[in-house]
Amino acid sequence: MVDLIADGAARGLPVTLGRASLVGFDPGPVTSIAPFPGRAVPGFPTPGQVVAQGAGRMVWAGRGMAFLIGAPAPDLQGQAAVTDQSDGWVWVTLSGADAVAVLARLVPLDLRPQAFPAGTTARSTLGHLPVLLIREAVDTFRIAAFRSMAGSLVHDLTGAMRAVAARR
Amino acid sequence: MSFRIPGKGLMIDRTRPVQFSFDGKRFDVFQGDTLASALLANGQRLMGRSFKYHRPRGVLTAGSEEPSALVEIHERGQQTPNVRATVQELYEGLEARSQNRIGPLGFDLLAVNDLMAPFFSAGFYYKTFMWPRAFWEKIYEPAIRRAAGLGRLSGKHDEAVYEKAWAHCDLLVIGAGPAGWMAALVAARAGADVILADEDRRMGGRLLADLPEVGGQAGPDWAAGVVAELAALPNVRLMTRTTVTGAYDDGTFGALERVGLHVADPGDLPRECFWRIVAKRAILCAGALERPIAHPDNDRPGVMLASGVSAMVNKWGVDPGAVVVFSNNDSGLAATRRLFAQGIRIAAYVDPRAIPVTEPFPVYAQAQVTGTRGRLGLRDVAVTHAGGTSLIEARTLALAGGWNPTLHLACHRNGRPEWSERIAAFVPRAGMVPGLSVAGAARGVFSTAACLADGAASAAEALGDLGLNPPALSLPQAEDAPYAIVPLWAVDAGGRAWLDFANDVTTKDVKLAAQEGYSSVEHMKRYTTQGMAPDQGKSSNVAALAVLAEATGQGIPATGTTTYRPPFTPVSIAAMGAGGRAEGFAPRRLMTSDAQTRAMGAPMIEAGLWYRPSYFPRAGETDWRPACDREVRQVREAVGVADVSTLGKIDVQGADAGRFLDFVYTNTMSTLPVGKVRYGLMLREDGFVMDDGTCARLGDTHYLITTTTAAAGQVMRHLDFVHQAFCAGWDVRLISVTETWAQFAVAGPRARDVLAGLGVQAALPFMGCAPVQIGGVAGRLFRISFSGEEGYEVAVPARYGASLFAELVRLAEAHEGCAYGMEALNVLRVEKGFITHAEIHGRVTADDVGLGGMVARKDCIGKPASQRPGLTEPGREQLVGLMPVNQGEVLTAGAHLYNERDAATRENNQGYVTSVAPSPTLDMWLGLGFLKNGRARHGEVIRLDDGLRGRKVLVEVCHPVFFDPEGGRMRG
Amino acid sequence: MRLTCPCCGTRDRREFTYYGAAEFLNRPAPDAGLQAWDAYLHLRDNPAGITRDLWYHDPCQSWLEVTRDTVTHEIHAVRALGDLVGDAA
Repeated sequence: MVDLIADGAARGLPVTLGRASLVGFDPGPVTSIAPFPGRAVPGFPTPGQVVAQGAGRMVWAGRGMAFLIGAPAPDLQGQAAVTDQSDGWVWVTLSGADAVAVLARLVPLDLRPQAFPAGTTARSTLGHLPVLLIREAVDTFRIAAFRSMAGSLVHDLTGAMRAVAARR
Repeated sequence: MSFRIPGKGLMIDRTRPVQFSFDGKRFDVFQGDTLASALLANGQRLMGRSFKYHRPRGVLTAGSEEPSALVEIHERGQQTPNVRATVQELYEGLEARSQNRIGPLGFDLLAVNDLMAPFFSAGFYYKTFMWPRAFWEKIYEPAIRRAAGLGRLSGKHDEAVYEKAWAHCDLLVIGAGPAGWMAALVAARAGADVILADEDRRMGGRLLADLPEVGGQAGPDWAAGVVAELAALPNVRLMTRTTVTGAYDDGTFGALERVGLHVADPGDLPRECFWRIVAKRAILCAGALERPIAHPDNDRPGVMLASGVSAMVNKWGVDPGAVVVFSNNDSGLAATRRLFAQGIRIAAYVDPRAIPVTEPFPVYAQAQVTGTRGRLGLRDVAVTHAGGTSLIEARTLALAGGWNPTLHLACHRNGRPEWSERIAAFVPRAGMVPGLSVAGAARGVFSTAACLADGAASAAEALGDLGLNPPALSLPQAEDAPYAIVPLWAVDAGGRAWLDFANDVTTKDVKLAAQEGYSSVEHMKRYTTQGMAPDQGKSSNVAALAVLAEATGQGIPATGTTTYRPPFTPVSIAAMGAGGRAEGFAPRRLMTSDAQTRAMGAPMIEAGLWYRPSYFPRAGETDWRPACDREVRQVREAVGVADVSTLGKIDVQGADAGRFLDFVYTNTMSTLPVGKVRYGLMLREDGFVMDDGTCARLGDTHYLITTTTAAAGQVMRHLDFVHQAFCAGWDVRLISVTETWAQFAVAGPRARDVLAGLGVQAALPFMGCAPVQIGGVAGRLFRISFSGEEGYEVAVPARYGASLFAELVRLAEAHEGCAYGMEALNVLRVEKGFITHAEIHGRVTADDVGLGGMVARKDCIGKPASQRPGLTEPGREQLVGLMPVNQGEVLTAGAHLYNERDAATRENNQGYVTSVAPSPTLDMWLGLGFLKNGRARHGEVIRLDDGLRGRKVLVEVCHPVFFDPEGGRMRG
Repeated sequence: MRLTCPCCGTRDRREFTYYGAAEFLNRPAPDAGLQAWDAYLHLRDNPAGITRDLWYHDPCQSWLEVTRDTVTHEIHAVRALGDLVGDAA
């Protein structure tokens, strides 16, 4: 009988450089929910929306898809395609007064609060990496990238953090 | 000797002395100097040698348009060529060197080129170095490159930090002179998100250089007040040292910020940052560039633009000595009056116009400068007037040939400006770049008062577009002098008169171009190279086309301009490629087994973005071959373990999932029973094979398909397309789970023993799949084989991948097995004739690879096109196996195949080799390849000819499955 | 270049992958014959002016039909393939 040990994806965290910090984030269970045509899934977010759902949150994650994070997978048999994504992504939290300046080095999004308000989400790219961003507060972002790219995610973010910190 | 005016110089801090070196000589200057102001302040007017004739050159301007004063900056073993001395800010220890000389700057051996000038006219190289042809590469070109050209690179990797960044705003204001200030102020007060970018380190434009009064204050003081207000507003971002370099589609602008180039020890500070600024609206307030007048020997060190002289005096306190001003317009006269009022000695004001002579300095009206003298710097100026020619002693000759609006960005979308007779210059037309308006001198509005008003009006208009109300704002008082000009492009007095200082183009060259038929401005440019130097002809383009227009008699508007293209000023490749070096080049995808794999000493190879082990060396195995042979034998005889997580995995769910898969695969998946796996082939719509993989049915409405590692992204995009374009209403959803599962192949006769060690009973039939529990973790088990052995793939959630891999390696080793890498994996699959993207390379059909039987009767993507005559005709190249006739011979991939006695010519080509592998199982090299009509030629002996490696090997054509063709081993 | 994804809003072109002419949407019947398939696969106009082509918004996996002008670079319309609302709801 074997005993498998769970292993996180991100290495070398936390890091604080200047006015930005990068720490690992454990979102709990992550389940993708993709409703079938014509089926209504209660609380399903519109593009960019993050909707509280019990203990967790439904985060819009792409065309016709949301991630339920921080709550167990729901039973939506026949209503939606439900797939466990808990292991597919590495999550980090970038925060601090320079968090926006750091992201502006890597993400082509309009990061101004009126364009990307706190409590909303966006899919975009960070450098070459596909990412999902949740803006928790003006200067706090959760960033999810493919698990296999965890090293590149940390490399790119810390590189930008170092360059931004050097300007202060 | 110091050429510094006491008390003058807005930019310098006299309390902070700085030392730097130029050509090894040390100079003492002040913090805030540019290299150009620092050299002039030390009396060093000679700064370099010209491009072609190696003529002594100084500095012409005080800005980024500088054509002449280009230097190399040396730092930390690196050198940056063609740095404009007018832009480079000084720091302690800066090391600059002059360029384009052999020997000392004051005695350049190649100055002999200047004596040869009659031979070096435009087109000289084209006409001279044509024959003999072989001489070009070996003799002419190296010699010419040695003699001509500008600075040199270090030849080392540039490992410095560069940065790229994004910025978004409602309004981008480009340039912080009077118009830009007002535009930014009005928009900021209205609440718009404003970015104000200026290429200087201190904002102000001509307010700093000419010191006009604004609102009863000195220009710099008024500007300081505006800076203070704007800097305090949260909706304003001030970007100094930032040149907006390009206007692109949909409100996107490129801008280069000099971040660390002025710092002695930048540490982690990037050298430059390349910004992409996205603006809903933009206003170009880039001002205007003064132009010189082409007169004989107008390129001597000490000859500057009048605006450059004013800037040197007011911004850096440089004493120009006695000045002769040569001007054809009111602005030049006004500048002369200002200089005089500041105590500068005006030796003469020379103007070709008939202006009244009522100045307190000598004025030569209806006169021209017809020459200059002084070996390495100006000594005196020849002025020809009604009374003859006078030689006037002067240290500086200030040229004021009029102003060209800095409209470049407005033309970056291929808009053509229009000619204004009033100012004898090109001005932008409205709407040349959607969303970009032009204000102030950049559109030919020249007085300070008019610029302030124009900036405010332009901002008000932009605010309207943004849905904001402009605030009430009264304009500050400022000078509103009229501007009159009589164009004078070139003084025709014999001798050479320079147009393009950077590329050494004279008025004669332009006239010669016209005479030889290059009368279009685009042809003239390329024939003479005018405007093709790093400055892109900012100070010469208009004059050159005016000279051309005169030579051809076409007139200036008909002659038109060349195309304005980004970037406005040079942008280093390093800045545009910032972050793209080393690890930043591409994301690195690491498997969950990566750390242990590397710890086991496996060399890694790249597979797409993934890193996979090549082989796992054991003691005594010094290269890949013995390790690979051993790993293959261990898989065939015991058991091997390999990480196959890199394969793309896509969850396909929904009532229509089977129907959808039937449409994208050539074979039928809807009939697959739950708990079974089927090999699948996908075509592109043009009928060629796109990818292969497996399709497992996990539940009634739930499939899991795999793609090859390399094609995972392409297949997902393709499936999304087919779904959204043709099957939108269907009950099917596609979800990538590549990253969710860590998956390992366990292959070999003892694979079951390894699985048993995990507590998994492998009671699966061949091509079966089932959920399993491994140490309490829910996983999946597939019985599939890419090795030809009894094979399983076991998958667990990725967080358990590292742990499971460690267990599998331990168990495999306990059963005389091992971990195996890509080399062994390749040998195993070649022995079995399994294809990879080496075979399905985009130009083969299902039938070509021997899988024609997998194309079912139903319609699917690619099927109609796969039935086109060219794709089904006999004689196509078909997949075959290749074995050396002489068993010891090595086969090589990429080689071509010929009939035994045919010459290796294109016409004789029979096919090519796609994959090779040294098979320890069969004790020889094996090859897969495509051969014309290959399936009918098994048993034939042909020649493998690898022209690249010089190998010729006789091979026997055979079935592509070399080992266990019945498949008894993998069915178990 | 910026495209407005019906899901995500206006984004820089580096978030998008170009595919080809919108002609790809008009898949002929399997038995439409050689000429129809040849035209579908290979024959393309090269207009100086309005053109329609297909782009993939990689971050949200939406396929888009973009109507744009090859001369002015103006983007006239961006439409998601399929029924975005019905798809998603």
